Amino acid sequence: MPGSFVPAVVSRRRYQILGIIALAALVGAELLGLSASPPDRDMGHLQKIMYVHVPAAWSAFLAFFVVFIGSVLYLWKREERYDLLAAAAAEVALVLTALTLALGSIWGRPTWGVWWTWDPRLTTTAILLVMTVGYLALRSFVDEPDRRARWSAAVGILASLNVLVVYKSVQWWRTLHQVQSSPSTVDPAYALGLRLNALAFLLVLVYFILLRYRAARLERLVEAQAEARELAQGEELHV
Amino acid sequence: MGLPREAGRVAAVAWKDLTAERRTKANFNAVVFLAALILFLFGFALGPDAEALRAAAAGALWLTVLFSGVLAFNHSYQVELESGALEALLLYPGDHRSIFLGKLIANLVFVLLVEAIVLPLAAVLYHLPLLRPFPGLAGVLLLGTVGFVTLGTFYAAIASRVRAREVLLPLLLFPMLVPVLLAAVEATGALLAGDPMKESGGWIRLLLIFDVIFFVASFFAFEYVIEE
Repeated sequence: MPGSFVPAVVSRRRYQILGIIALAALVGAELLGLSASPPDRDMGHLQKIMYVHVPAAWSAFLAFFVVFIGSVLYLWKREERYDLLAAAAAEVALVLTALTLALGSIWGRPTWGVWWTWDPRLTTTAILLVMTVGYLALRSFVDEPDRRARWSAAVGILASLNVLVVYKSVQWWRTLHQVQSSPSTVDPAYALGLRLNALAFLLVLVYFILLRYRAARLERLVEAQAEARELAQGEELHV
Repeated sequence: MGLPREAGRVAAVAWKDLTAERRTKANFNAVVFLAALILFLFGFALGPDAEALRAAAAGALWLTVLFSGVLAFNHSYQVELESGALEALLLYPGDHRSIFLGKLIANLVFVLLVEAIVLPLAAVLYHLPLLRPFPGLAGVLLLGTVGFVTLGTFYAAIASRVRAREVLLPLLLFPMLVPVLLAAVEATGALLAGDPMKESGGWIRLLLIFDVIFFVASFFAFEYVIEE
């Protein structure tokens, strides 16, 4: 479809090349992050977990933003590819959110002394994870594509809205997590590693979403072909 | 399509649902008994110590309302699915959101009636003072229930027409209820403790804000969910 920023089906070659670049960037950025930065004054080498935890969290939130945009665009334009884009992004978001929580937990145990704390950012991320599971469960339970797209778009938008409300409400409830890490809040020695890893995660994110989008697209194509075949057979029987 | 006519439609849907419920009572009785049972189970889980029970009462009370009330919502649409009543309902002229509002009101009355029985029972079982904090407590209960029922009525419109509806509704609904549950439990807990820090007011205002946000969101999203 011309003039669209969501391609119909990405060619196999193009996404394979992107995948190789993303993997190379990830390995390179991790190696640089691990080797180039000195041990942290308080945390020692534990700090290194930042290079995966923080970029994972950023890309997860970016993925959720894609879910939100895809859902809004679907309800507005009613074109299937927006729905499939949202679904692909939700799958990737689920993986990245789970990764963020797991890595955060591993980081939290030695630095805070607990695996888990009821802080706004942690709690919101966990709720986000559960809502994504709900979103994907809903998708798997509805067979009719048009209905599935409409319902999951509505659920996706409400869930995105809820993220802000949950965050605020838990913040009023209690707080402990350090201020978000960003290149401007960490020492310059760590900033480069963080930036490069964030870029690598971004590439992985785009690659994963495209991969899952392509799979969803092909699935729908096969479904449509099967339907057409059944219709044709039905007609032959009637003749 | 004037506002009075839409209000008439809302009332008609609510009245229809409540009449059907009043004549069978099957669902209401089951939900009330389940709520009483859950109150007992929390009592067993938290131990017989009066202090421990009182401290956990606000949370136990709200979870009881959530776990039993959630059963009412799917039912509210399931009765429509038999013999295609929902299609007929959608074919009537007028805004589809009248159906949402009607069902919301019917569900609200349903859950509030359940609470009217659950609350005194909880007061007896968990040794709660009920009369002193009553006006504020009733307000918190009403506001919390409005948020709960609004989202419940919305998500049941989806879940009731899906395979595995029993598990899907709580899976979609409960994460959305986190802000409402937090505010409701905090306000209820503060009121039951005599509100020494005067903190219930802030939570009640928050509850009101959450209600407005979720009502507006689900009211406008309903059209996309209900259409065939």
